[in-house]
Amino acid sequence: MTHADRNSGGAYAGAKMLSLRRIWAMVLRYLYVLRGSWPRILELAYWPLVQMILWGFISQFFVTHSSWVAQAAGVLIGAILLWDVLFRAQLGVSLSFLEEMWARQLGHLFTTPLRPIEHIAAMLALSLLRTLAGVLPAAALAIAFYDYSVFDLGLPLLAFFVNLLIMGWGIGLFVSAIVLRFGLGAESMAWFLIFLLAPFSAVYYPVSSLPDWIQPIAWILPSSYVFEGMRAVMFDHVFRADLLTAAALLNVLYIGTGIAAFLYSFHVARVRGLLLQIRE
Amino acid sequence: MQDTVITVERLTKRFGEVRAVDGIDFTVGRGVTVALLGGNGAGKTTTLAMLLGLLLPTSGAIAIFGTDMLRDRYRVLSRMNFSSPYVDLPGRLTVREILTVYGHLYGLRDTRGRIAALGEDLDIEEFLDRHLRTLSSGQMTRVTLAKALLNEPELLLLDEPTASLDPDTADWVRSYLLGFQRRTGSTIFLASHNMNEVERICDQVMIMRDGLIVERGTPADLIGRFGRETLEEVFLDVSRNRVRTEAAQ
Repeated sequence: MTHADRNSGGAYAGAKMLSLRRIWAMVLRYLYVLRGSWPRILELAYWPLVQMILWGFISQFFVTHSSWVAQAAGVLIGAILLWDVLFRAQLGVSLSFLEEMWARQLGHLFTTPLRPIEHIAAMLALSLLRTLAGVLPAAALAIAFYDYSVFDLGLPLLAFFVNLLIMGWGIGLFVSAIVLRFGLGAESMAWFLIFLLAPFSAVYYPVSSLPDWIQPIAWILPSSYVFEGMRAVMFDHVFRADLLTAAALLNVLYIGTGIAAFLYSFHVARVRGLLLQIRE
Repeated sequence: MQDTVITVERLTKRFGEVRAVDGIDFTVGRGVTVALLGGNGAGKTTTLAMLLGLLLPTSGAIAIFGTDMLRDRYRVLSRMNFSSPYVDLPGRLTVREILTVYGHLYGLRDTRGRIAALGEDLDIEEFLDRHLRTLSSGQMTRVTLAKALLNEPELLLLDEPTASLDPDTADWVRSYLLGFQRRTGSTIFLASHNMNEVERICDQVMIMRDGLIVERGTPADLIGRFGRETLEEVFLDVSRNRVRTEAAQ
């Protein structure tokens, strides 16, 4: 019996294609970071709450000054909450990866049996937790302060949430791939890249209000279909399955591209020696 | 039981026009401690990184425990471990948290028990619940060593294990490694440019220069061949490209 046999689940314990225990190990690693840092925990809910307070007052103002908003009083609040799902989902993935870059421990992690796909799975799980921790308090605040419940959207809300979550994951993995490839000099992309998509996502206005030449860009973003779908539920009281299907199909492409970009960057990092700071 | 732990054949790594490692061959047997010596830029850390799978070779082959590392490294990674002063562990986590995470990553059956045993063995019990970033460099070295020994590796790869340590801590690390190797029969492969360390703990030495292994043998063999009194003098001869016969005169 080898040393490894005595201590691990057999000599080939690391050979399993996908190990839930290794995924859990990485989730635990990120939970430890959060537990040990109250500013990080506070930050999870801080910005969504600030945004909610701000947009709540703006909404209340528009309800009496805009006939469009008056038709569906919560349209701006719903939009800001759903936009935050997308932003938090992306940030949740990118920040988890940045933690490893800041800690400079990729060389240790990837000499364990941890596979890149398991690392991705852990980052996605953390992103879900961070998103819920950020958005749920803001949703509760909207109920208490502005008498608007995003949960009134019913089951379609779940479909919107899942689609925005997956789009955020795809972009978060893409950002992580860029940071892995180009180093911490690119870390600010974790904060600004998603906002590049905001004007085209038709968060607060219909796609039809965009200039003609911009509309095709809007229609390649899953988020545009989600926000159009949200407005259809709120204004017309119909659930547009066609919009949801389009968003879901595009999301297959987004998450696939995100995973492929991350795995490719990982391969390039192994070719160029980026996982271990080569110093001699 | 297989007696060869590492087999390297025609291993080459190029970064653009630079040949960091230039077609080296070597084998390492079970239960020995082998040092890869070389000056800055000789290719030793690059070689170590390729053995670990962190760096892909341009060409050549690496087999560890008979497994092709380029195709199937996940089969053997749980039997190996690694330590380097140039790769950090997360400073925001406590020592216990770090060891727990790595215990799960290595699939240990009893992570808590193993941490307790290492805590006692490496004398790190008193700071298991402190954040890593609050520890002194000597304490951090012991924690890094604890992480490297968590899975009782059959093959331990070390990059400059005593770099930047004070003489007392460095001596403690060397003594511990000697004891670990004797107790477990593990294989230790280390990259270093500390000649005293290598003379004290290594059975075999390979000296690299410009990406090539230019000398190999036991420390006593090399000292005898070069007609020198210490391995450091041999190393200087090799680094300055003096041929054996000249050096011996």
